[in-house]
Amino acid sequence: MVGTALQRRLIWRTAEVVDLVDETPRVRSLVLAVPGWPGHQAGQHVDVRLTADDGYQTQRSYSIASPQSTDERLTLTIERLDDGEVSPYLARELHAGDQLELRGPIGGYFVWAPALGGPLLLIAGGSGSCPLMAMLRLRQAAGSTVPARLLYSSRSLDEVIYRSELARLVAAGSGLEVMLTLTRAQPPGWTGLHRRIDTEMLQSVAWSPAERPWIFICGPTPLVETAASALVDLGHEPARIKTERFGPTGG
Amino acid sequence: MTMSEQELRLDGNAAAGLLQEVFVHEVTSVRGACARCGAVGEMGAQHLYMTPLSPGAVLRCTSCDSLLIVAVRTGGRLRVGLQGLVWIELPDEGAAS
Repeated sequence: MVGTALQRRLIWRTAEVVDLVDETPRVRSLVLAVPGWPGHQAGQHVDVRLTADDGYQTQRSYSIASPQSTDERLTLTIERLDDGEVSPYLARELHAGDQLELRGPIGGYFVWAPALGGPLLLIAGGSGSCPLMAMLRLRQAAGSTVPARLLYSSRSLDEVIYRSELARLVAAGSGLEVMLTLTRAQPPGWTGLHRRIDTEMLQSVAWSPAERPWIFICGPTPLVETAASALVDLGHEPARIKTERFGPTGG
Repeated sequence: MTMSEQELRLDGNAAAGLLQEVFVHEVTSVRGACARCGAVGEMGAQHLYMTPLSPGAVLRCTSCDSLLIVAVRTGGRLRVGLQGLVWIELPDEGAAS
């Protein structure tokens, strides 16, 4: 049907910033109202397009951090890269009421839904926690008790995004465990992990391959490739390991 | 393999928006077959080379590194080369429902 095809074709929509949340000194979440937004799955992303006064356009992809909802809203979490072209504008200059163009939801590969089941192993590096947070928020909102573990590599405790919300999700007792590894600086008395993600760490955190966890890894390319190949070496099925590399985003 | 080459590598799912312009359907979650080595996999799991400033994108097979799709924007057109794919599987809109 024509109508169905038209709906599926990606169109640029106008989003309005309705709220801004400072997550860390370098990371800000944008709550956007998008009239006509069809909803999305946890793990999908949007393309954001900015147009300068002279007509120059540039676009970037950002993961959606909020779970599916029916209120035509979504949340993006943006890490400010100081030499970036787009992220300083999104993470510092935008104000409530400002508008920007986006299209989506995009992607269907790096997505999780409660119906997919678990166990659910999530591995994040830095702001790679964003699409994984959408999965954890969805899991909580849906009342899912699928066992879930998040291994989150961050340079320091201050740079852990969603830190207090993660603590609340763990405290809710629905079978979520969160393990932080702080690679550059640790607070006094820190007894947790404090090195880059490696095979030994993954072996202790991942379920056994026999339990066939779904694995989602998001972060800088070296971290993603290290974790993915270590998990394959540990015997996990490549088809159950889904990756999303940042690469050189250009910010 | 140089470091910069690794840093440039993305997953096919990062090209989901671009590919949806071509196929209309969401295709990163569907399977395709490499014309060179025959490997079958989801498009989103293949290796993607693309930067915000590059005029297009290159999708390569994770098994043999052969070209699957090359997309280039130029002069208001999007040229898509599908030389590396034997087939790609789309939802069957024509199927009886």
